[in-house]
Amino acid sequence: MFSLEKRKTPSKAWSLATPILAVALTMIAGAIMFSLLGKPPLEALRTIFIDPIFSEQFGAYSRPQLLVKAGPLILIAIGLSLGFRAGIWNIGAEGQYIMGAIFGAAAGLALYPLEAWWIFPMMVIVGCLGGLLWAMIPAILRTHFNTNEILVSLLLVYVAEEILKAMATGALRNPDGGGFPGSRNLSKWVSSQNTEIIANSGMHWGVVTAFITVIFAYVLLSRHMLGFHIQLAGQSPRAAKFAGVNPKALVITCMGIAGGLAGLAGLFEVTGPAGQISTDFNSGYGFTAIIVAFLGRLHPVGIVLAGLLMALTYIGGELAQLMLGLPAASIQAFQGMLLFFLLAVDVLTNYRIRMNKGAK
Amino acid sequence: MDLSAINPAVLVASIMIAATPILLAALGELVVEKSGVLNLGVEGMMITGAICGFIVTVETGSPFLGFIAAAAGGAFLSLIFAVLTQYLLSNQVATGLALTLFGLGVASLLGHSYVGINPPSVPKLDLGPVSDIPYIGTMFLRHDAVVYFGIALTIAVWATLKYSRIGLVLRAVGENHDAAHALGYKVIRIRILAIMFGGACAGLGGAYLSLVRVPQWTEGITAGAGWIALAIVVFASWRPGVVLLGAYLFGGVTLLQLNLQAAGLAVPVEYLSMSPYLITILVLVIMSSRKGRASLSAPASLGHPFQASR
Amino acid sequence: MKLTSILKGAVAALALTGAAMADGHEKTKVGFVYVGPIADGGWTTEHNNGRLAIEEAFGDAVETTYVEKVPEGADAERVMTQMALTGHDLIFTTSFGYMDPTNNVAEKFPDVKFEHATGYKRLHDNVTTYSARFYEGRAVIGHIAGKMTETNKIGYIASVPIPEVIRGINAAYLHAKKANPEVEMKIVWTFGWEDAAKEGDAARALIEQGVDVIMQHTDTTAPMLVAEEAGAYAFGQASDMSAAGPTAHLTSIIDNWAPYYIERTQAVIDGTWEQKDTWDGISTGMVEFAEFSDAIPADVLAEAIAMKDAIAAGEYHPFTGPINKQDGSVYLAEGETPEDGPLAGMNFYVEGIVGDVPQ
Repeated sequence: MFSLEKRKTPSKAWSLATPILAVALTMIAGAIMFSLLGKPPLEALRTIFIDPIFSEQFGAYSRPQLLVKAGPLILIAIGLSLGFRAGIWNIGAEGQYIMGAIFGAAAGLALYPLEAWWIFPMMVIVGCLGGLLWAMIPAILRTHFNTNEILVSLLLVYVAEEILKAMATGALRNPDGGGFPGSRNLSKWVSSQNTEIIANSGMHWGVVTAFITVIFAYVLLSRHMLGFHIQLAGQSPRAAKFAGVNPKALVITCMGIAGGLAGLAGLFEVTGPAGQISTDFNSGYGFTAIIVAFLGRLHPVGIVLAGLLMALTYIGGELAQLMLGLPAASIQAFQGMLLFFLLAVDVLTNYRIRMNKGAK
Repeated sequence: MDLSAINPAVLVASIMIAATPILLAALGELVVEKSGVLNLGVEGMMITGAICGFIVTVETGSPFLGFIAAAAGGAFLSLIFAVLTQYLLSNQVATGLALTLFGLGVASLLGHSYVGINPPSVPKLDLGPVSDIPYIGTMFLRHDAVVYFGIALTIAVWATLKYSRIGLVLRAVGENHDAAHALGYKVIRIRILAIMFGGACAGLGGAYLSLVRVPQWTEGITAGAGWIALAIVVFASWRPGVVLLGAYLFGGVTLLQLNLQAAGLAVPVEYLSMSPYLITILVLVIMSSRKGRASLSAPASLGHPFQASR
Repeated sequence: MKLTSILKGAVAALALTGAAMADGHEKTKVGFVYVGPIADGGWTTEHNNGRLAIEEAFGDAVETTYVEKVPEGADAERVMTQMALTGHDLIFTTSFGYMDPTNNVAEKFPDVKFEHATGYKRLHDNVTTYSARFYEGRAVIGHIAGKMTETNKIGYIASVPIPEVIRGINAAYLHAKKANPEVEMKIVWTFGWEDAAKEGDAARALIEQGVDVIMQHTDTTAPMLVAEEAGAYAFGQASDMSAAGPTAHLTSIIDNWAPYYIERTQAVIDGTWEQKDTWDGISTGMVEFAEFSDAIPADVLAEAIAMKDAIAAGEYHPFTGPINKQDGSVYLAEGETPEDGPLAGMNFYVEGIVGDVPQ
């Protein structure tokens, strides 16, 4: 038998090597699955991992699309990672993302068809507030009633989804939409559109915000007192108390940041790539971002890489369907395997494997 | 509008059927959470059970073997989660979400050639003349065996947790794994068994959907039932008896609104659909704010990884 | 500097594609964007059958591709763009929610032809829209339902309150009422297209409340399975659903896209493709019926077939006045038929239907 022994400090070498090992293992397992499905395995892997970046035919398009797809994932995951480091488990980012989009879109649509430069910035602020307020519900319930925030934040996702349906078919429905559910197209209204800052670069305001947030998070965690408190609360709540950390304030702060960033992600998505509030506007970004946060080892740079990797499997997965006729389900299963391997090998970073000889 | 058209006895009977898949899955998840583990992959395990049960039933003609296969399929999938979280100490929330993604993909791959096939039907239990008793018979005595199995399992889980040694150990592990370990209990082994029990129950629940409630295989047949099961466990504050009630409530709300619509009543569907979740949050707040009643709140070690220090 | 060179490159690449098109590259490439899985047994399955029909009709001359389960919005736009970039000549986008993405992508690729199902926006010359007059089929099955019901209660399982669904309810109700003045229609909305368990529950609720004939405008076979078990009758939707309920099944309205897809692919090959707006029904075979059940009495069947033929021949329009709206105001005067435009946006119930269109 073998057993695990905790390393005194996480291994630098392994923390770099594990993602590569995981991707390699996924490629082997994926190749087996693809050949079982009767598809050329190497070609499938090349289409998923290499073509979106290097293809001469369409790489110029799919490269920026990686940013567009990864942007909201990174933005949400950064916010979540702060709380996760401090042992505060907000898993309801999906709901906060939805509420950000609804709040922001509603604030904008109330002024339609006014054209003014300040409408979009106003929507951004309201969207951020929407996500923040939604996250305050589990936060305050935790600080005042000691209610488990994992469960409340998750339950509020279902509530937000129902509110989204009600809004798309009711209050926010496009009056000129021929009776179909869905709001006006916000990306077509100049005052509310979230445009690409440089054409064909994929860099819309949401992506830019995501990268700025990454830098902020990096500085916060490495240089700022709050970052130190977060780390301390996660490692040893008792030590944190002695160091003067107010646990309630920390819960409110971490949940607030996570909710606000998720709300921003929702707002940038609804005014840009998605374009409108529709009944199924949320496409699981909030949940995928939790995975991204862990794949990125809760580290800002890691999260950027993890977000891009997830985006790559989405875009490459579509290409594999298109070019090789792989079923969509095989891509889902493939993504699942990639996540399993990435989560599994992380153990090598923090633990040493010891072989036990003899008894026990 | 004609509310008299709704027959309460039949409505109760339909609710019992509608509640069975989520009841089974929620009971399994309750045991998992009691052991201190949070597995968010219920939806993935349910749908895997749904297709495994369907394939075996169609191929062998035996729904009984189908349900066995469904339990095995769910348990097998949960084993991935168990190994990752218990041996390799991966994060439970992230691993559970990945499990759902993987399960949905695998199930639709397996089910590809089983679309549009009618499975052999699951027989109703023959209870003889008692099932003809007015009202009571209609409500409770004309179901298939799985419905009664769900109720029996509720009682079994309740009794086991409350009175047996296994239950005591399980709760000890969930409340304080370090203390349980110090007492000599094999925390990891107990948790793995609990996780597999949860997987098997979720698989059974899924198979009930594909073999009885629908009964056919379609992609995405669970349509979020696994997530509802998770909410029910919380609603019940980890008490098996209340899980039963919660399953009837959550299953009942959808059925009730469909019945009210059929009776011609204009129903604010979205608001009705979100009400069970809001009630659950309220229940959770009340439970957690009552101090000193630890039995009514979340297992203390829920979601925390355990590693034996040597 | 760098940006301009990228743009130049892109323009050159587009020009190349154009040139390759002009000299007729070997295979015509046709792509499909699906909202559901191809194995949904309903809407997407039928579009995919249309794709397979193209492959069968043209053999090696045409290559088809598809991407399934594509969410509406940003993901759809990306998939369409990837298709355009990978040399597709013709792209079918088969969900209403793809309307804006289709037009956005079409603007960037003027040489690629786009066909959007069930939408109404054709902002560019290379966008065509097409849909089927499902209400014609619903008029026929409405008549059969009115004749077949013994309890005088018909159940209707509706998906989402959009004009297409509301129009179907109206067409079915008007003809059921004409066939049987005593008839009453109970409508249950599931607010989704594919939730087998919920649709089955809706069917059970309806049957429990005295309904003995069920119509559905949702995609799973669950209502048919429930009807079979309960001894009621039911009509299938989108695909032939007779296998799910051998005795319950009266007929199904089948979406047959194959003739249209073959015609449009041929037009691209011939270089005769032009923008248009197609709304075909029984006459062209876009709306078809599965085999009629033996349970339908001969006289009823004859009436139904007569109506079907009259619609096909253009002699009868299912919405022929006098028809009042639900509030009693006049919708169509005696002998009047509606224009296609307003008919496409129908968002009210006709007189006699109980309940409100959900908001």
